[in-house]
Amino acid sequence: MSEGLTFELRLYVAGQTAKSLAACANLKRICETHLAGQYRIEIIDLIKNPKLAAGDQILALPTLVRRLPKPIRKIIGDLSNEERVLVGLDVHPV
Amino acid sequence: MKTTGNSPSPSLPKSPTGIQGLDEITGGGLPMGRPTLICGSAGSGKTMLAMEFLVRGAAQFGEPGVFMMFEENAAELKANVRSLGFDLDKLAAQKKLVLDYVHIERSEIEETGEYDLEGLFIRLGHAVESIGAKRVVLDTVEALFSGLPNHAVLRAELRRLFRWLKDRGLTAMITGERGEQSLTRYGLEEYVADCVIILDQRMDEQISTRRLRVLKYRGSAHGTNEYPFLIGERGFSVLPITSLQLNHQASAQRILTGIARLDAMLGGKGVFRGSSVLVSGSPGSGKSSVGVAFIDAACRRGERALFFAYEESSAQIVRNMRSIGIDLEPWVKKGLLQIHSSRPTLHGLEQHLVMMHDAVSAFSPAVVVVDPISNLTLERGESQMKPTLMRLIDFLKLQQITTLFTSLTAGGGATPEDSQVGVSSLMDTWLLLRNVEFNGERNRTIYVLKSRGMAHSNQVREFVLSDQGIDLVDVYLGADRVLTGTARVAQEGQERAAAALRQQDHQRKLRQLANKRKAIEAQIAVLRAEAESAAAEVNFAIAQQTLQGATTQQNTAVMAQLRGANKTGNRRKKGKR
Repeated sequence: MSEGLTFELRLYVAGQTAKSLAACANLKRICETHLAGQYRIEIIDLIKNPKLAAGDQILALPTLVRRLPKPIRKIIGDLSNEERVLVGLDVHPV
Repeated sequence: MKTTGNSPSPSLPKSPTGIQGLDEITGGGLPMGRPTLICGSAGSGKTMLAMEFLVRGAAQFGEPGVFMMFEENAAELKANVRSLGFDLDKLAAQKKLVLDYVHIERSEIEETGEYDLEGLFIRLGHAVESIGAKRVVLDTVEALFSGLPNHAVLRAELRRLFRWLKDRGLTAMITGERGEQSLTRYGLEEYVADCVIILDQRMDEQISTRRLRVLKYRGSAHGTNEYPFLIGERGFSVLPITSLQLNHQASAQRILTGIARLDAMLGGKGVFRGSSVLVSGSPGSGKSSVGVAFIDAACRRGERALFFAYEESSAQIVRNMRSIGIDLEPWVKKGLLQIHSSRPTLHGLEQHLVMMHDAVSAFSPAVVVVDPISNLTLERGESQMKPTLMRLIDFLKLQQITTLFTSLTAGGGATPEDSQVGVSSLMDTWLLLRNVEFNGERNRTIYVLKSRGMAHSNQVREFVLSDQGIDLVDVYLGADRVLTGTARVAQEGQERAAAALRQQDHQRKLRQLANKRKAIEAQIAVLRAEAESAAAEVNFAIAQQTLQGATTQQNTAVMAQLRGANKTGNRRKKGKR
């Protein structure tokens, strides 16, 4: 992996539910572990911005969208399974 | 057949669909504030039904709607429904409609840990709130099953979704693909139990017919039959008319058939307005011509006429009818006449009837001619023909439209009367046309088999088509048969010659009689003369003898005197003589 902001991630959640909080925490941990310095996370609360759900075709929550690098990948769930998150993001574990 | 024509009970408010026929079957529409499941196989018209439900709700009933689609995207859907005259962009701009395309690509998705479908709820909720929607369509939510791996979660969420829709009082239509074992492939009927409508498209003799059935309608009576429907130019159209009772108005007004002598046969005034007329006959017996004359007469009165032709194109009809002196073109140009020509095989019978229904509703004619109904059945039995035809006739009668159906009778075997038994009971007037083949030619005859509620002739008439139009001529009624055509003309000639001959014969006989009388009178004169002369002779002889007798007596007396005789001697002498 090259240096810089290679990974642009967007996490969709709905309010402060247990699943939302778990997803946020899990995502941060995984990124710090495997993608330190290469990522940017944007968290979108659809309760506040319901319009944004259509843009990325969000149905399930929480959903993590890898907007960059292309192609777009989606990972649904609270991201508790680190191994699968890495597979989904196409990231090789450090 | 149970159908509520009454207003729905207050306990179950209904949301009218505005779809022709469907509201009649359901007694006012879908259950308001509840989800309705529409299931059917691919291509059965689920999306169209759902779309029309929303469009009509938005445009006619002031109920904005959200269309959430899972299979087609918005552009595709817009293009598809534009052909039905629905302008979704306009409705969207007026904030009466929201289209939301929900797409989920299995290959893009990785599942890690717990999740729910709150995103779907948020999107739907947002769409509903943005326009104050009262109606929602989910088409078809089953697509999620292929997009999301965890069906347990999905099912739980769907259950929550339908609950959510109910709680918000949204009248929803959920479409589902027809399954093998169950109503829908993923068993959606488990969650949506208030109203279930099944759409079906089936092939019958290579002709497809769409049918609709209300399988279930909790808390409401509904039509339980299968109803044919059509997705036509003006949208969805269900043919509901079997529920109607026989309570249409009966007009006493009579309308002329366009054939003067035929009117004369029908009591001189033609048929009743709003009645149904069947003209049946063998091929080439002139059925279409009767129909066209009927149309021509209506157009002359300035009434609108609708002609459904299943044998000829409209151009061909116009051309051919000129040959019998009827020009339809001016009526078409004036907009008084519409000719709908199509092949009977284009649709099934029901579809045709739905189309007729639509055309009649759109044009509102006074007179409808269907030429011929027998073609519509083709390979199918009359058992199917009758109920559908009954629907059409009831519908037309209700609108006081006078209808003329022509029907081809099968040649050979059964008599023409037998071959139409199925539909004839629906008809008020039945004219039978027949070809009579005799003496090397075929001629047409017509008679009135029945005509309800009016005096009608029992006579067979010859039906003559010429460039002067249609005319009916009295047939020759001989001792043993009915003659038509040249045979009739020849027979009439013979009859005239024979009459002249008889006339001469009579005169001759009279003359003979006069002569004979004269001869007899002469004989009588001779005999009388003879008798007179005989009498004269007898008188003469008598006179002579009397004279002799007198003379003798005188002589005797003289002699007795001379002899001085006494009595005895006198006597003796006398006896001696």
